[in-house]
Amino acid sequence: MNGSPYILRERNSVTVVMLKVLAALVPGVIAHAWLFGPGILVSLLLCGAFAIGFEAFVLLMRGIPLKPFLSDGSALVTAALLALALPTLAPWWLYLIGMFFAVVIAKQLYGGLGQNLFNPAMVAYAALIVSFPVYMTQWASPQDLANHTPSLLEAFDLVFSGGGSISPDAYTSATVLDTWKTQARLGKAVADIRGLPIFGWAGGRGSEIVALMYLGGGLLLLWNRVITWHIPAAFLAGISVTAGVLHGIEPTRHADALFHLLSGAALLGAFFIATDPVTAASTPRGKLIYAALAGFLTVIIRTFGGYPDGVAFAILLTNVAVPFIDAYTQPRVFGHQHGGKT
Amino acid sequence: MTRKLYAFNGGIHPEGHKDVSNAAPIRSMPLLARYVVPLRQHIGSPARALVQAGDTVLRGQRIAAAEGYVSTAVHAPTSGRVTAVELHPVPHPSGLYDVCVVIESDGLDQGLEFQPLDWKALEPSALRNRLRDAGLAGLGGAVFPSYIKLNPGAARGLDTLILNGAECEPWITCDDRLMRERAGEILQGVAVMRHMLGAREVLIGIEDNKPEAIAALRAAVVAGEAEIVTVPTVYPGGAGKQLTYTLTGRENPAGARSTDIGVQVFNVGTAHALYRAVVLGEPMLSRIVTVTGHVARPGNFEVLLGTPVRDLIQAAGGALAGASGEVVGGPMMGFDLMDLAAPITKAVNCIIVKDRAHFPARAPALPCIRCGACARACPAKLQPFELYWFSRAKDFGKTQAYKLFDCIECGCCSFVCPSHIPLVDFYRFAKSEIWEREQHKSGADQARARHEFKEFRLEREKQEKAEKLAAKVAENRARDASADPQAQAKHALVQAAMERAKKAREGIAPLNTEHLPAAAEKEIAEIEARRHATEAANQETAGRE
Repeated sequence: MNGSPYILRERNSVTVVMLKVLAALVPGVIAHAWLFGPGILVSLLLCGAFAIGFEAFVLLMRGIPLKPFLSDGSALVTAALLALALPTLAPWWLYLIGMFFAVVIAKQLYGGLGQNLFNPAMVAYAALIVSFPVYMTQWASPQDLANHTPSLLEAFDLVFSGGGSISPDAYTSATVLDTWKTQARLGKAVADIRGLPIFGWAGGRGSEIVALMYLGGGLLLLWNRVITWHIPAAFLAGISVTAGVLHGIEPTRHADALFHLLSGAALLGAFFIATDPVTAASTPRGKLIYAALAGFLTVIIRTFGGYPDGVAFAILLTNVAVPFIDAYTQPRVFGHQHGGKT
Repeated sequence: MTRKLYAFNGGIHPEGHKDVSNAAPIRSMPLLARYVVPLRQHIGSPARALVQAGDTVLRGQRIAAAEGYVSTAVHAPTSGRVTAVELHPVPHPSGLYDVCVVIESDGLDQGLEFQPLDWKALEPSALRNRLRDAGLAGLGGAVFPSYIKLNPGAARGLDTLILNGAECEPWITCDDRLMRERAGEILQGVAVMRHMLGAREVLIGIEDNKPEAIAALRAAVVAGEAEIVTVPTVYPGGAGKQLTYTLTGRENPAGARSTDIGVQVFNVGTAHALYRAVVLGEPMLSRIVTVTGHVARPGNFEVLLGTPVRDLIQAAGGALAGASGEVVGGPMMGFDLMDLAAPITKAVNCIIVKDRAHFPARAPALPCIRCGACARACPAKLQPFELYWFSRAKDFGKTQAYKLFDCIECGCCSFVCPSHIPLVDFYRFAKSEIWEREQHKSGADQARARHEFKEFRLEREKQEKAEKLAAKVAENRARDASADPQAQAKHALVQAAMERAKKAREGIAPLNTEHLPAAAEKEIAEIEARRHATEAANQETAGRE
């Protein structure tokens, strides 16, 4: 028998939290499908199916009841985040391997829901970009630039049986972050790079709109109190300040802060990935330190690292520091003098 | 003028359900045939019974006296005969039995004559002792003996006297009704408190979901007597430390008393009981209890202490079909009643009859996802999920480092947890484990001390034995050494001298019977003769056996 309290908040469960997160992703997904074609729906569907499959498989092996844990929705959130972080129209096995890493390795082998040290979607992303760099850099082109944008049926066909007669060049291109990196290393002038067709008014053409939709969804999460302001604000501040300083030092070489904020996974990461409560810092001050550090590392990796985007590695690196950060940022307890390390 | 209020961290807004029971006036109960009065109705040591089975008692008669400092008296709720002083179910989370005085009512309800106390003239300590003997204990739930809290202690006067009329727990309305109906009496009790404590200001804090109570007190209060402060409705706004913070912005330091920050907090019900004890001279015989939930006629009752819960629920029309148990206290901090025979005590402010619609079975718990909802809700600004992880892992050192003992068990964390983890149960578990270990440790310390002393004693005895042995060896050696003829001759001389001395000693009669009067000498001679005769007889008996 349980003791008090005998009443609980209504309509409150892990499933509800996860559904709120999924709902907040909808504007971004719609924008993505609108601007880049329906391929995103295929990768979302595949990742979701693989996630449920792997989750059920491991739960059965571990002898854990399926119903409460499959219905918690956490695997679907991981699937959605990975699908949004991966290129669309990639071969199906890329999504399969990704979900294997996310659900089996990063989540279940650590003990399942709530036990993992690293963000599962980001572990999968890192594993894939290290293993399959070519597939990971072929992103669907914006509809208005592509020679041909695959329809939903064509997208299924591409994912399951490869391009066939159509060359990937017809419907894919590098991301703006990738392009900036290669072009800047070639010594191209900033104005020339910014003039390339895949660049939009501030970030990548199309992707900057999708990013703004993630921002909108993130604000919904804030309003719904699923997340607090600390992590998104500090993460975006970390990116802005670091990018701003680099841009100030060498404007001919480094992109400005707005470009960094609106390209790649910056806004998705700020509101949906860095805020994963299981792997993020949990104290108010800890969240600020954790997210600012992740933002800083994102720009550093983007600028000086070998990979086009830095969000995944930055978040994985700061995940390592979370227990340490939390231990040293304990808030002051009511009636006590100081917080900090206890 | 509006007072600046301070908002504590977190808190929750559960459904109030106050309207179920707060509409009807306080009702009284018919006299029962039997009352069961526990000796432990307060925090501290149980009272010492002054009556035994067979005694007749009158209403208001003290049947148990305060025992030790933190204790208070207990009184007979009606006239009748004591049938037993025995173990009986009491309202306690453990369901354990405790010593109760069982009184069979004679139906006459004859009372003692109560004498009002001249509280302005009485010596403060004498007044406090009278309150201890009147059985006064805090009626907000903690039931701390009031006479102790009414001691201003250090010379400097109290800054702020706070009357707690917040009543933040859902469902409970006993303070609400009391404030609506007996505002004037409460204020008379407050006047006594203020006099005893020398408080500079008096604040009566009431949550804004009780406009009628606020209006009643505002109508009854005289300017300068007390300030009625409306505080926002947020649970646990009526917890002592939280209400103090809301009203004054002062945090009660951990491990310190509220008087250290110049504040003392009493429940409005306690002020009313104080009014009765002082102005009417009547000991604490009853309290207001809310009976609500799944009963036919929910409401508030003036209940004699010792009334079995079963009879109280009956007075409220009985439980409705589909009732699923009873909670003592509120739904946030109360506990399940194990036995309906348990009596109402000074600590019981509410009985909720549960039903499945309002109190559904708890959903199975999922793992913690560290979402931090509990930390945002915690009025003590703890990190409840960290305490949960450490309690679960039985890492009790860490739970204490993360300030487990600052947890007031208000239940906000459990209420908001999306994983439906019974967090407070984990903290209760950790606290009791720590207490038990400390007890065990002090027991072990004693055992170790005893063991160490035993070791010391054995060692000492061994040493003493060794010394004795060494002495004997030395003596023997000396004797062996004296084996030569010259020494033997000397030895014979010594022996002979000793013999002579012995003889001389035997020749001397005891001196203390010399120069006695003739009568005494004769008496002594008779006694001697009798003794010799007895000795001879004894020897004969011994010989025959």
